[in-house]
Amino acid sequence: MSDATTAQVTALGAALRAVPRSGWHVATVADAHRETPNASRLELDVDGWPGNAAGQHLDVRLTAPDGYTATRSYSIASSGSSSRVVLAVDKLPDGEVSPFLVDEVRAGDMLEVHGPLGAFFVWAPAAETGDMRPVQLIAGGSGVVPLFAMARAHAAADDTTPFRLLYSVRTPDDVYFADELDDLAEASAPLRLDLVYTRRTPDGWPTAPGRITREALEAAVVPAAERPRVYVCGSTGFVELVADWLVGLGHDPRSIRTERYGGT
Amino acid sequence: MSFITRGFSGRSRERDDRLPPGQTLVSDFPVLSAGPTPEIDTADWEFTIRTESGMHSWNWDEFMALKIDDVDTDIHCVTHWSKLGTRWRGVSLDTLFEDVETEYDYVMAHSYGGYTTNVPLDELLDGKAWVAFEFDGEPLDPEHGGPARLLVPHLYFWKSAKWVRGLVMMDQDEPGFWEQNGYHIHGDPWKEERYW
Repeated sequence: MSDATTAQVTALGAALRAVPRSGWHVATVADAHRETPNASRLELDVDGWPGNAAGQHLDVRLTAPDGYTATRSYSIASSGSSSRVVLAVDKLPDGEVSPFLVDEVRAGDMLEVHGPLGAFFVWAPAAETGDMRPVQLIAGGSGVVPLFAMARAHAAADDTTPFRLLYSVRTPDDVYFADELDDLAEASAPLRLDLVYTRRTPDGWPTAPGRITREALEAAVVPAAERPRVYVCGSTGFVELVADWLVGLGHDPRSIRTERYGGT
Repeated sequence: MSFITRGFSGRSRERDDRLPPGQTLVSDFPVLSAGPTPEIDTADWEFTIRTESGMHSWNWDEFMALKIDDVDTDIHCVTHWSKLGTRWRGVSLDTLFEDVETEYDYVMAHSYGGYTTNVPLDELLDGKAWVAFEFDGEPLDPEHGGPARLLVPHLYFWKSAKWVRGLVMMDQDEPGFWEQNGYHIHGDPWKEERYW
């Protein structure tokens, strides 16, 4: 460790000591299967993984036979001390790495991963943080991955903080973790789930498909008066729109944490 | 540690020498921010440099009256994307520090919205950093840090604080926002100083 790094770590507060240090690890694919028509769920057994907080991400590095490498960041759908790490990867049309991860990778393959990464877009139970404010999660498409990790951590901890997820998705077939989300909604520490379908709704759905509106957002999130902590994850366009509306609805900008996906 | 990934061939074999290790070239301009985009009217905008002995400040009109540089540079984000040959206009930190006297060697940049990032002073001077207000011939978009952002292109782009409002001199290096939340204290893309 360099002197600078030592000084930096020393300067950090106790809150950050809860987040494990990152490093390179060998991950063996334990299971790979379709999550949606356009995405796959990868379960990785990561050698030496120190565990991770809900909401963290990791880097995946792929190496071609001639030494060419490609590295991308992915949010982690799981949390806790386990060395079994779950990813859900959306296939980007012109992607270099995501089509490989979604279409090619199978059980037994080995990947290099670096992590866990990020200490800001994370959630920990009230028993650890003392923060009892309600939590509002807002997901656009595959942005649900780190928020699902938070919702599952919330249920696993039997945390009594009110938890609500607003999830904007193209069609019913595109919902990630559909069964698990249903289970979480029934858990003893329930998740309140609101879905918005932008292209096609289930039969009998009360509203027509379409992009989320400011009014729909207001109706489906914990009101600003209850001072919720808000986590927003999705495309840049989605995050910008939602975060602007939240501020307009009176939410404290300092209580809104955002993460965006994008690029290759 | 590195091994071949079964079945992976990758897309490109033409490695551009301007691309640091672990980076991928993009043509769009991705966004990385930790919270909502603040709205700042240039009528209310102010930029300050605070030292151990006092404060220097510029309002928007005073700032625009300073010597303005055209900057053509590559930028590298820690989330693995790079853009080559980006065009900016802004005021060099050399210009801003012309009349600033300080014994301190470290800087904390502060932004509207509360973001902070730390950079050693010698990495901001000698033509290495600007406060930029124009990108690709247009006023800088709020989501990219407008009306003005720090531009320190030789370090990972989180050091180029969006919505910058001032610099505070420090006698020792201290971690800023991302530096406390998992990113490297220094952030040289050529050394892959990404994380702790």
